Amino acid sequence: MTLWWIGDAVLGLVILPVVVYLLHGVLREARAIVPSVRGIAAAAAASSKDLDAGALLVTTQEGATRTIAGVAEYGGSLDVIIDDAD
Amino acid sequence: MAPPLAMAAVGVVMIVVVVAIVAALVVYLVSVIVALRAIAGGLDEVIASVGEILQKTAPVNGIVTAINEQLDAGVDALEGLLVKKAGIVDAVGLVDSLYAGAGAAGFRNFPESAAITPPRISEVYTKGTLTLARLGREAPIAAASPNGPVLRNVEGGSLAARLLYPELRQGRPGAMPRSPVIGTGAPVQYEQRDDIGKPRRHMPSRGNGSGA
Repeated sequence: MTLWWIGDAVLGLVILPVVVYLLHGVLREARAIVPSVRGIAAAAAASSKDLDAGALLVTTQEGATRTIAGVAEYGGSLDVIIDDAD
Repeated sequence: MAPPLAMAAVGVVMIVVVVAIVAALVVYLVSVIVALRAIAGGLDEVIASVGEILQKTAPVNGIVTAINEQLDAGVDALEGLLVKKAGIVDAVGLVDSLYAGAGAAGFRNFPESAAITPPRISEVYTKGTLTLARLGREAPIAAASPNGPVLRNVEGGSLAARLLYPELRQGRPGAMPRSPVIGTGAPVQYEQRDDIGKPRRHMPSRGNGSGA
């Protein structure tokens, strides 16, 4: 009979607080992750929006190609009209 | 032997404690499930955004590589042209004059240029003047000496360029007529006419085109 009472006491005074403490810790950490995930989602969305101009790189590539071609033609003209160094 | 009432009390207490533990488990685990669902929803948004980022950045490597290749070709061509026209020494001096200290790095396609001490920048400007003078040799300004020697005299570059002009103006400017002196200190003073701006005294006769 005494052992039963001791078992009840241990169950109510030790096991129950430990279970509550552990579960509370798990819940606290899980809730702490939520704002971080929302922040990451907002940052990823903003980053994706910032990359909308990435499609313009195709235009930049075409512009660079034309510019270099123009420079090459200009250099060809300079090659013709300017004497070489001694 | 324990009394039945005490046994029942022990059993009731145990049941109450177990029920409390189970209730705590339910409450906390449900809360954890809710938090994990929120996390999963947030991660879904992250995955969607990251997918967009991957889609938008997919062509970046190829495009940037192509642009760099084009720029490399342009740099190689310009460096080669500069070295061909100005010479390796003056080319290093020109680059060093435009970008201080850049001459020490040299040109990419001319590794030996890194060991060259950049010359004085004044020579570059003078050589530019001479280059313009050489370009003008075919122009009327240099008609007097179209087949003259190449102007490579750096120190006397300005004089050599001036000699491309007619001899009278450059060599003997004192023989040229003086420009007229005007103003209050002019040797010839003219009186101011009072009739300027006023009605004519005598109108020109009609039909007399000679004005006599």
